Amino acid sequence: MGSGATNILVAGVGGQGVILASDIMADTFLEAGYDVKKSEVHGMAQRGGSVSSHVRFGEKVYSPIIKMGEVNYLCVMERMETLRWLNYCSKSTIILMDEVEVNPPIVNLGEMEYPRDIEEILRNNFKNFHIIPAANIAAELGSERAANVVLAGALSMLLDIDQEIWLKSLLARLPKRLHELNKKAFLAGRAALPNF
Amino acid sequence: MLLSGNEAIARGAWEAGVLFASSYPGTPSSEILETIASYKEIKAEWAPNEKDAFMSAMGAMLAGARALASMKHVGVNVAADPFLTVTYTGVNGGFVLVTADDPELHSSQNEQDNRHYAKFAKVPMLEPSDSQEAKDFTKRAFEISEAFDTPVMLRTVTRISHSKSPVELGERTVPDRPIGFVRDESKYVMLPAYARQRHKVIEERLIKLKAFAETFKGNKVEMRETSIGIITGGISYQYAKEIFPNASFLKLGIAWPLPERMIKEFIGKVDKVYVIEELDPFWEENIRAMGYSLDVGKNMVPLCGELSPTILAKVFDPSYKVPEPVYAGPIPPRPPNLCAGCPHRAVLYVLKKNKLYVHGDIGCYTLGALPPLQAMNSSFSMGSSIGVCEGASQVLNKDGQSKMVCVIGDSTFLHSGITPLLNMAFNKANATVIILDNWITAMTGAQEHPGTGYTVTGEETTAVDYAELAKALGVAPANIRKVNPYNIEEFDKVVEEETSKQGTSVIITADAPCVLLRRAITAYNAPLSVDEVSCTGCRLCLELGCPAISWDVSKAGEYKTKDGKVKKRKGTAVIDTMLCNGCGLCYQVCQFGAIRGIKAEIPFGFQLKKKQKNVS
Repeated sequence: MGSGATNILVAGVGGQGVILASDIMADTFLEAGYDVKKSEVHGMAQRGGSVSSHVRFGEKVYSPIIKMGEVNYLCVMERMETLRWLNYCSKSTIILMDEVEVNPPIVNLGEMEYPRDIEEILRNNFKNFHIIPAANIAAELGSERAANVVLAGALSMLLDIDQEIWLKSLLARLPKRLHELNKKAFLAGRAALPNF
Repeated sequence: MLLSGNEAIARGAWEAGVLFASSYPGTPSSEILETIASYKEIKAEWAPNEKDAFMSAMGAMLAGARALASMKHVGVNVAADPFLTVTYTGVNGGFVLVTADDPELHSSQNEQDNRHYAKFAKVPMLEPSDSQEAKDFTKRAFEISEAFDTPVMLRTVTRISHSKSPVELGERTVPDRPIGFVRDESKYVMLPAYARQRHKVIEERLIKLKAFAETFKGNKVEMRETSIGIITGGISYQYAKEIFPNASFLKLGIAWPLPERMIKEFIGKVDKVYVIEELDPFWEENIRAMGYSLDVGKNMVPLCGELSPTILAKVFDPSYKVPEPVYAGPIPPRPPNLCAGCPHRAVLYVLKKNKLYVHGDIGCYTLGALPPLQAMNSSFSMGSSIGVCEGASQVLNKDGQSKMVCVIGDSTFLHSGITPLLNMAFNKANATVIILDNWITAMTGAQEHPGTGYTVTGEETTAVDYAELAKALGVAPANIRKVNPYNIEEFDKVVEEETSKQGTSVIITADAPCVLLRRAITAYNAPLSVDEVSCTGCRLCLELGCPAISWDVSKAGEYKTKDGKVKKRKGTAVIDTMLCNGCGLCYQVCQFGAIRGIKAEIPFGFQLKKKQKNVS
């Protein structure tokens, strides 16, 4: 009953650039000639809240949201957030995860513990699980804020779309002064994914 | 190009030659007017509330322009009074009301289904299923409005408004006719004698609209296998297409009135009829009322909340299973929280400390109902805090009155708080109103309002003086106080004084703009830090619920008191220097001097630009 679309879920914490990363992806897929839908929910004070964005592309896409179990690529900017979206995944989902940890208030208050066994669970359950140290890579290049672009770069290695289309979509969304940094971040993201 | 549903509606309005648009911000509708404001050919306005937005758009329509009012679903309740009469008068220029519904209550206090309004007001309602239709239907709505002399509703939902899909753009065409009034008192003066006649006219109009619905190109019949025929529309169509790729579809682009002949023909061609719609059984009930029996409706499709491909698959696809959780442990939730340095935090902290009963309202501060602040006891609708506080004060005794306050944001106060405050003064209520003036409409993403001094395009304008306004409404000048909430002791004292007074009191927060409002804040303060030697681990600072403060059990052990004694502790507080902006609240709350800044003196709040005041 699947529609044959490719499904990408981008997740993280408010302020990490999840929405921008998903915008760049959606622009790229449209530019590459596909039908595209993208969905996220705005509103409420989202600083520090969970943020996720669904991006779907293919010959024809109906629903803007992905059916649980049908995510092809899960790109996550914060470790624990990966766990929140696993029921959208199947065994064959490719997971790209940054190592960054951001404590939610309930953990800050000491009322719940930050899950400690994330990597082990992901390794045991998903063949295609990759850690992309996106925030560290971006920080080395000059700004941690480009971590979202590093992650988009890593994803681009897995999709058969010309690198130039990605770069065009990326730079079109950023002011000129940030072009050099983000181009580097994107290419570093491509280099960060081990061959498989 | 890719546009969100809201951007596409704005583009459609521009292409339709709209000259005027007004709105009050509200999720998921806010971006419609924000986008319209970027088109310089359209006069765009934030209005004080949805009724004002609606009436202004009505006026522009009356003067011959194509005009649009956009609002969230509950905003239509506010605008309903003029709406249910302008449907009698009809229009001069094209007039479209956009209702942005919020199934699942992503950011709302209810999930009412505004399709009922179309039937109630006897107006047509179009409902797009993606961004292309959002643009096309908006344009078409203006044509229908003028052709049938009726206001037209366009309904979107959060998943249409905030989803992006490809849109082909068109050119702008302004109708070729002069702007100006048409004098016709029997049409535009709704005296009973005239209105009685107009009621007949709109019933006739509805019959014509039913005939039009049969021909509307936004309705689509897609015949495939005939064992199942699905009647659906809007976002539900997209979900159903995923789950029933081989079924036949009747997709309704017009949610009201229904194309009865089209429905009859479709039902005649299929074996089983499914009606798949989000929220209420609106189409289902109306199709049943036509005399058809349906196989699937709300007997299987959930009535509450959003639909999704997952939900429909769970109901209709026996082979579908939601994946088993591979992580068994609890995942700490990450709910929205007040930002580090938020000026609301201090107010809510003081109210909780004094164990007051707090009537809340609609805004970021509603989050103060959640732990650890838990400083809110009621919250209903825009302006209700002051309204219910008035009535409650009239039945409580003096002790009860002094243990109750209401809190309301600046934008919400101007939206619906002025008349309830007038009511308090008028009826001599012994009650205390706290206006949380953060200089902006914060929760919906920083929109201007009549208290900020700026219009939607950033032009300087007059700004309401809340103290003068309260005085004019009849509140005694001695009972009107302005106080900086970052000064906890001072704020606490003022709350104590005003709640013990007779009569209506108004406390207005001063020098406390939204911490994200860079226009107002010239500099944040240096981050504070916890002194590991003297922190007792009392956790009082954690009660502020600041995202920058966390609890570190690894520091459990011994600490030294001021007089040198050694005591045990279970951990210490830690301040995240990346998140802390030195608002100073935790510094004041700490009773052991364990929270410190770079300088000895910690300011109350941030360095500010001067607030815009009464520019003339």
